[in-house]
Amino acid sequence: MAQLKAREVLFAPIFANNPIALQILGICSALAITTKMSTTVTMCLAVVFVMTLSNFFVSVIRSIIPSNIRIIVQMTIITALVIVVDQVLQAYAFQLSRELSVFVGLIITNCIILGRAEAFAMQNPPLISAVDGFGNALGYSLVLLFVGFSRELFGSGSVFGAQILSLSTEGGWYVANGLMLLPPSAFLLIGGFIWVLRSVRVEQIEKEPYEIGPNTRTSPAF
Amino acid sequence: MFEHYLSLFIRAVFVENMALAFFLGMCTFLAISKRVETALGLGIAVIVVLTLTVPVNNLVLHNFLDEGALAWTGIAALEQVDLRFLGLMCYIGLIAALVQILEMFLDRYVPALYNALGIFLPLITVNCAILGASLFMVERNYQFGESVVFGFGAGFGWALAIVLLAAIREKLKYSDVPEGLRGLGIVFVITGLMSLGFMSFAGVQL
Amino acid sequence: MRDKNSVSNIIRVALGVCLVCAVVVSTVAVTLRPMQQENRAAFRQLNVLQAAGIYEPGIDVADAFQRVERRIVNFDTGEYVDEPPGGFDPVRAARDPAQSRTLSGDPAGIGRRANYGEVFLARGEDGRLTRLILPVHAYGLWSTMFAFLALEPDLKTVAGISFFEHGETPGLGGEIDNPRWQESWVGKRVRDDDGDMVFRVDRGPTPEGVPDAEHRVDGLSGATITARGVENMVRFWLGEKGYGPYLQNLERRIRIGEEI
Repeated sequence: MAQLKAREVLFAPIFANNPIALQILGICSALAITTKMSTTVTMCLAVVFVMTLSNFFVSVIRSIIPSNIRIIVQMTIITALVIVVDQVLQAYAFQLSRELSVFVGLIITNCIILGRAEAFAMQNPPLISAVDGFGNALGYSLVLLFVGFSRELFGSGSVFGAQILSLSTEGGWYVANGLMLLPPSAFLLIGGFIWVLRSVRVEQIEKEPYEIGPNTRTSPAF
Repeated sequence: MFEHYLSLFIRAVFVENMALAFFLGMCTFLAISKRVETALGLGIAVIVVLTLTVPVNNLVLHNFLDEGALAWTGIAALEQVDLRFLGLMCYIGLIAALVQILEMFLDRYVPALYNALGIFLPLITVNCAILGASLFMVERNYQFGESVVFGFGAGFGWALAIVLLAAIREKLKYSDVPEGLRGLGIVFVITGLMSLGFMSFAGVQL
Repeated sequence: MRDKNSVSNIIRVALGVCLVCAVVVSTVAVTLRPMQQENRAAFRQLNVLQAAGIYEPGIDVADAFQRVERRIVNFDTGEYVDEPPGGFDPVRAARDPAQSRTLSGDPAGIGRRANYGEVFLARGEDGRLTRLILPVHAYGLWSTMFAFLALEPDLKTVAGISFFEHGETPGLGGEIDNPRWQESWVGKRVRDDDGDMVFRVDRGPTPEGVPDAEHRVDGLSGATITARGVENMVRFWLGEKGYGPYLQNLERRIRIGEEI
């Protein structure tokens, strides 16, 4: 039983309930760095690490977190993890950390991470929470890798820096599509990704515009 | 000096637009851009929060965290301390606190706007545009005066972008969009096109 | 079961979480700091070597850098100055009103220029100057471009250029990173025999057979503003307000036969 649940928790966010395509969460910090596969993969790994562990730790102390400071406690845990990632990158992958610049720090404000900590880890035991974090991070990575792959391949004719299509500027045949390296292309690609995903999974097509939920703050906190 | 600030402002609004050039604050940008009124309200909230947080974080950086910044305490042991690695934690903490204060303020004095913003007001804390602006401030080494202008400019640019997007989406109701693209998909495509438009501001120098 | 929303519990949890996180973060930051500083220094050294054309993949950067001498120059007098106590940080100096000044004529779009600047002197086995490497920067299309410009010992001919930080449009202005284009700089004479600036970046490729081709570099198609920024960068930094006085000083010393 527990096995089945774990598998469900792991795979559901990848296609059925993809955090980017369906929940519009966590697009903020990631799109600017998808011009190259190397930065994209680094970002994905960082998010997988932070999200799995943050879900785990939040879940471990969920029963003692007072409800009116829970957001700040979750933020503190996430921030600590992100700083660790940032410092490690600066020490072991300096070139990459320069290219990622502020975007590593911005993992903190990636809504998926806080969203999963609040929605899942606060109610579930540690291990299954970690699996949930891992699954969601994978769903997020999937979209990112797709975008990063397309942008690098068509924008600079290479994958992971290895030349696949020989560029016309280097005497080859492929005229690089400069648009792919510019910010707008990421939006167009994700738009396309959603279109494909929803053509396959028709149930995800949006029907009614949804309502904004009421404010969740608890009045006695003030 | 004035020219310098003006050009910094113009750049923050148009050339380095938080939403359309750096993809920051996208979650809220896409979710709250269905109606111009709410978009405007959120835009104003973001302007206020950014104009406050960037300079405050600038002060924190220059008085507490930066290498040698603790020299004013007069304690010799603290003069060489470099606490910049704690930056992220301080910035996000300050942002969370300021957003909380803004929320209480709106609840008390502008309840209509408070209700319209709903769950997204507390979520401004995790709006990457806010933290992003502070991080850009650090990375680009802005002085205090510059940080005020940059904070305001970045907020203004973000607000402008979201209001424009909301205006387009209101008109979109009348168009016949392919089924799979309906909703989120087409919004991404529109944002991409807007971002292309904003790119033409590049190279504007005053 | 204690009430988890009681004030004492709130304080206890808040303090506990802060303490644990602070210890973890500080430990990581402190243990990794030496490595990060090494990386930062190595990155700069690598770029100096690349501009000078000394770098080949696989060589030990720190080792090769042994033969590169770093000096601080006063831009106004063109003389060497001692490194101020606590080290000299060019980026910080350019921001600090006490160590820099606002430029009146500012073709490079940099606003302020520090009073002092770094230069790197690469020397051969015999201790003679082989390359002079100057850090330069200017505003391009999107943001400031930072580069190292290497000169031959005659102080007039370009030996190489390497851009280590810029935000130009990928595929257009971003082609300043293209090694082919950077190669085309090698051997260009940026100053004529009188020491006047004659350097130009063309719009598009330099026409065949123009008499002053040795002073001109091909432009980048679709990147007029970036190209103009690069041209201004070279003209400004090798000119009167940049390294001009320093270069003249060196030339005077070469003329009277002094070792530099």
